Amino acid sequence: MAIEESIETREVEGTRPKAIEKYKVRLENVNVWYGTKRAVKDINLNVRDKSVTAFIGPSGCGKTTLLRCLNRMHELTPGARAEGKVIVDGIDIYDKSIDPVIIRRRVGMVFQKPNPFPTMSIFDNVAAGLRLNGMTNKTIIREIVEQSLKNAALWDEVKNELGNPGMSLSGGQQQRLCIARALAMQPEVLLMDEPTSSLDPIGSSKIEQLVRNLKDHVTIIIVTHNMQQAGRVSDFTAFMYLGDLIEYGSTTQIFMKPEKELTERYISGKFG
Amino acid sequence: MTINSNKDYSAIVLEAVNKKYRKRLVVNKLVTVGTIVCVIAALVPLASILIEVVKNGISAISFEFLTQPQGSIGSGSGGIAPAIQGTIIVVGLAAAIATPVGVLTGIYLSEFAKEGAFPNTVRFFNDVLTGLPSIVIGIVGYVAIVLTTGSFSVMAGALSLSIIMMPIVVRVTEETLKVVPYSLREAGHSLGLSKAKITLFIVLPAAKDGILTGIVIAISRIAGETAPLIMTILGTSLFFTGFTGPVDALPLRIWRLASQPYESAHAFGWGSALILILMILALSMGLRLLIQKRSYKAVP
Repeated sequence: MAIEESIETREVEGTRPKAIEKYKVRLENVNVWYGTKRAVKDINLNVRDKSVTAFIGPSGCGKTTLLRCLNRMHELTPGARAEGKVIVDGIDIYDKSIDPVIIRRRVGMVFQKPNPFPTMSIFDNVAAGLRLNGMTNKTIIREIVEQSLKNAALWDEVKNELGNPGMSLSGGQQQRLCIARALAMQPEVLLMDEPTSSLDPIGSSKIEQLVRNLKDHVTIIIVTHNMQQAGRVSDFTAFMYLGDLIEYGSTTQIFMKPEKELTERYISGKFG
Repeated sequence: MTINSNKDYSAIVLEAVNKKYRKRLVVNKLVTVGTIVCVIAALVPLASILIEVVKNGISAISFEFLTQPQGSIGSGSGGIAPAIQGTIIVVGLAAAIATPVGVLTGIYLSEFAKEGAFPNTVRFFNDVLTGLPSIVIGIVGYVAIVLTTGSFSVMAGALSLSIIMMPIVVRVTEETLKVVPYSLREAGHSLGLSKAKITLFIVLPAAKDGILTGIVIAISRIAGETAPLIMTILGTSLFFTGFTGPVDALPLRIWRLASQPYESAHAFGWGSALILILMILALSMGLRLLIQKRSYKAVP
């Protein structure tokens, strides 16, 4: 790790090493193409450790595409191709020597629609990542499952029915189960792709509460089309439009005093 | 809003809807009756076959019938035990060959090589193989195995039947895996799992019921095949002697018994048919039980 740290120090000129540590994820000139269409254009952005960063913007602005680049999930889409640098914890995740599988263990993801594994129980859903990655110590698996479910604010609701199928839960509970499943892998970064878009208001507010609590343990990047949600849960907000990063700053600044006119118009609901 | 200045079309729309409504009720009734008639039309042959087989075959069935080889021709003594044994061995062996190959090919086509010249070629020839007359496969088995080894054999029969079964399993596996939502694979990837693990432990279990059903249908299909067996296992009235020797099978036995001019042989033939149907029925019901008994692993 010492080598990586020194590389990082060199890369960020004029900043003290202490300042570097606050950034968990750094994007440098990130471009994403779908075939010949450029969906994300020259994004430079630093994400602070142990914070919630929201990507907002109208449909098709590239926010989900950008999110999927952060754990190389975009590679699963045929024809998608990313350029530039994404540095997580000082490691360039696009480096040829890096296996995407390793990155995804450290950068977890929660999807738009809850997708628990249908053939597994609640317990097994959370344990799946651990077991299939080769962990065999049952006591530790049990402890991790319990802690993950507690951190996902689901433990109290399911502690007596851990053997029931994951699909037997309500939509909101299923989404929290998926969050627990991601947390079980002990990720350093958690990517959330519109995690409440298929949930009712009560389910959504539970997830929002959860996001605010989770940032003590993990860096969260959340994509949302709901501006109020971004305002409620995030510390930092990035506004994107047609693949460009228009403005990035603290959520208070973006919502109260946007610098760009486009941001102001989007925030005030004039388009989007 | 300009609602107030809109022209009022409600009366015209209502009239049109009402006019259509009567007609729709009649069509609805007709379609309902039509579907019921079709269901009956499909069930009548099935039911009449079952009734006929049970009516004619039940009297032949006895302990001796199930456990003894056939007595002298026309005597009506003995049973069809070698044929039951042979069917179980040959079909079991064929399934043991065709299932792993078929399922793995299906996984390859669905998960690892969706598009491209090679998978498309495999798909094309797989479909051709599905439509190949079974007698042709039997002849190939005869030429390739029976003539080269110099003997009718269990192996030749099992290989021929496995070639009939394989393309069905490939197709069913591929189609069932395709229906498994992509979001499950995505979830697996997001947990840092390798593609092999995702396929084996997440996608395949989700498709398990469909694939098992396909395998059972394919087994039922080959259990009733007669033509390729004539060319490969020959048929004998003796018990299994080894994988390189000839053996009997129920469809073969039925065919031979039916061509004999004795009343007792015909009764045996009906009995054999009933046993074959019961065996396939048991297989299907066993599968149903297996699928319904969805057990979720208890917390360790």
